Amino acid sequence: MEGLTLSDAEQKYYSDLFSYCDIESTKKVAANGRVLELFRAAQLPNDVVLQIMELCGATRLGYFGRSQFYIALKLVAVAQSGFPLRVESINTVKDLPLPRFVASKNEQESRHAASYSSDSENQGSYSGVIPPPPGRGQVKKGSVSHDPVQPRTSADQQEPASPVVSPQQSPPTSPHTWRKHNRHPSGGNSERPLTGPGPFWSPFGEAQSGSSAGDAVWSGHSPPPPQENWVSFADTPPTSTLLTMHPASVQDQTTVRTVASATTANEIRRQSSSYDDPWKITDEQRQYYVNQFKTIQPDLNGFIPGSAAKEFFTKSKLPILELSHIWELSDFDKDGALTLDEFCAAFHLVVARKNGYDLPEKLPESLMPKLIDLEDSADVGDQPGEVGYSGSPAEAPPSKSPSMPSLNQTWPELNQSSEDTAIVHPVPIRMTPSKIHMQEMELKRTGSDHTNPTSPLLVKTSDLSEESKINSSVKFASGNTVADGYSSSDSFTSDPEQLGNNVTHQRSHSGTSPDNTAPPPPPPRPQPSHSRSSSLDMNRTFAVTTGQQQAGVVAHPPAVPPRPQPSQAPGPVVHRPVDADGLITHTSTSPQQIPEQPNFADFSQFEVFAASNVNEEQEDEAEKHAEVLPVEKASDPASSLRVAKTDSKIEEKTAASAPANVSKGTTPLAPPPKPVRRRLKSEDELRPEVDEHTQKTGVLAAVLASQPSIPRSVGKDKKAIQASIRRNKETNTVLARLNSELQQQLKDVLEERISLEVQLEQLRPFSHL
Amino acid sequence: MAVCVAVIAKENYPLYIRSAPTENELKFHYMVHTSLDVVDEKISAMGKALVDQRELYLGLLYPTEDYKVYGYVTNSKVKFVMVVDSSNTALRDNEIRSMFRKLHNSYTDVMCNPFYNPGDRIQSRAFDSMVTSMMIQVC
Repeated sequence: MEGLTLSDAEQKYYSDLFSYCDIESTKKVAANGRVLELFRAAQLPNDVVLQIMELCGATRLGYFGRSQFYIALKLVAVAQSGFPLRVESINTVKDLPLPRFVASKNEQESRHAASYSSDSENQGSYSGVIPPPPGRGQVKKGSVSHDPVQPRTSADQQEPASPVVSPQQSPPTSPHTWRKHNRHPSGGNSERPLTGPGPFWSPFGEAQSGSSAGDAVWSGHSPPPPQENWVSFADTPPTSTLLTMHPASVQDQTTVRTVASATTANEIRRQSSSYDDPWKITDEQRQYYVNQFKTIQPDLNGFIPGSAAKEFFTKSKLPILELSHIWELSDFDKDGALTLDEFCAAFHLVVARKNGYDLPEKLPESLMPKLIDLEDSADVGDQPGEVGYSGSPAEAPPSKSPSMPSLNQTWPELNQSSEDTAIVHPVPIRMTPSKIHMQEMELKRTGSDHTNPTSPLLVKTSDLSEESKINSSVKFASGNTVADGYSSSDSFTSDPEQLGNNVTHQRSHSGTSPDNTAPPPPPPRPQPSHSRSSSLDMNRTFAVTTGQQQAGVVAHPPAVPPRPQPSQAPGPVVHRPVDADGLITHTSTSPQQIPEQPNFADFSQFEVFAASNVNEEQEDEAEKHAEVLPVEKASDPASSLRVAKTDSKIEEKTAASAPANVSKGTTPLAPPPKPVRRRLKSEDELRPEVDEHTQKTGVLAAVLASQPSIPRSVGKDKKAIQASIRRNKETNTVLARLNSELQQQLKDVLEERISLEVQLEQLRPFSHL
Repeated sequence: MAVCVAVIAKENYPLYIRSAPTENELKFHYMVHTSLDVVDEKISAMGKALVDQRELYLGLLYPTEDYKVYGYVTNSKVKFVMVVDSSNTALRDNEIRSMFRKLHNSYTDVMCNPFYNPGDRIQSRAFDSMVTSMMIQVC
């Protein structure tokens, strides 16, 4: 073997390791036991380990002599730094960090080859394999706080019980040499630890320990105390992070980082944290990222331009290809600049990569900016938590949040295409789920939680209609179809009622739900060309502010033709203005009536949403897919609310009865449904809608039969229930009518499309001429 | 379904070229190379008017008995060339246009990446996956 030149630190370290492995003090270490354990702890793939052993000559000799061992250790360091394993690389690689070994106590430990830990950890945490030197405790004996964790350290040489002691036993000079070693490579960066405001990546081997004992490195582990001049990536990637330690280490100016990664404290912390989500950013990590962001861009709501980000991340010494991939993953809106969230995601990915994690193919959900809100990106990070609110029992909301980012992804692409004016193609309107909308949604959800004590209930309704609604909304959530009239129409059938639920909570509709200054329920529009223009008209009317919505709502009901139940006639008119006041008024009543009252609000508000839905559905199909998202989102809490509300049989049945009443109601309204039915038969695609509708009606009819018996309960509750039933029926009637009208319009549009396609086919032969 | 997709830089060297693996790739490379002449011809002919008026989609560049070659050029003279199988008659012009649009969008995303130096080979995984989707599915 060629001569091996080691720095002082390396010399010390290696000798310690050798003595650690050389239990028999024979100056020769057999290739088993400790050595293998050590190499395994180096977290290198097996073939690399074999290669190392081969290169250092141990295989030739059959055992590790001191020199072979040293060579092997050096090769481990080389391999861990990502350099190719060559014999000559031993001496030629400069600035080689010390090899890191992780106790293979448990998988977690090995995963987090955290090289450092803040002092407090270090002080004792020698994860088993590594002898004291790495652990420097250099000084801060104070940081014994993690002693209890120590038991993990198995090293015989170490004294788990008194981690404080072990550092003392460790060669006192090694920490110093360590630091020196670290400082050497830093070269010009020697002042770094303390000075230097800007972020700068310490070369991998360097730990910036802002004054702390630089420990090594090893590719980015715990960043030094959160001083502005940190850098080295220091987070043990996924779960718990060393950053948790950092606050403690801040005081310690001479933090010594153990090479013995995975300090037990870390491990324990790691275990306690949500390990199942490896990409979660902890608060400390996030704080660190935010600080780094600030050094580049003081405005947290601003962007980091691509060039600045490029310089920043290039310092991490990752290969450009990987950085490029990280950028692709994290630049969510593809604008060539990083918002705070995107930056945190990118940073997190870099840290993960440095720690040996492979880059995912898609951005993990926890790293996704949940909302593309150009106004306020700082809060986006909080949104995911809120989005995943607990109050929603339905499956729709959870499925919604994954769908939202995915839908968000499609939108940026579409928008980008619109930037190129030469490309001629329809650009759907970007209906970003803005923060405003999300806030409203949350308010609605929380409102539902407050108002309805039973809201968290996951009521498995036997009502097919509700299930179908939820299913259809979920279906839509999963599909990113663009301007697919069918899919959007599927969701429409479910939306009206879900939206109705949603509205019950809040008077204020989400900003995206169109306003209901719609004319009286859209009359059937037989002319094929009419539907599109009508939808355009609708668009214009939608531009009206929400303020008019209630007026429109109030205006809407009177246009409804006579109801099947004449007794209810006075009811609805009276009701709607009341309903317009929102759920709040209802819920202000006695708690006893809460179970029923939400029902009132629910169904009476259906009309409001039904009207809004009507308008929505009439909009251009191209926009449907985008809009359905807000609609769907609105509907999801609504559906959840509905599900929650139907905790009583009565409510269920009233809900069920409502659509049934609608079906009854449609018959008196003869003209609109008839053409609808005709067309329904002719259109295959619309059959599912029809089936859904008929299903509902069938179920409801069955339920209706049993319904009359229910209100026979006692007292004024009965009357209240009956009143609510009436209102629900009215609402259902209106909704069903609207539904049929919308279906008819849909068919019109589809026919148009078919005719256009036929024309296109005819013209195509001439296209190449 | 495209059997070959190529992105050619302004200086007429390939930034990205990928063929369906079953075929003789060299043949596709040759076809793409020869199509560059046609592309230049079309650009120069249309370029008499203002560049803005030039349509990005060039259409069918030339047909062979087995394949058809379509072209598309961006405003920065980056060319996309796509070779499709002639037997796939269901492939309409609109679909080809949409495929080029997707290509253009993905290419723009690649360019937005600050770590991508213009003129480098395109190694973006996202771009690769998009092209794969175009080549695998029957457009």
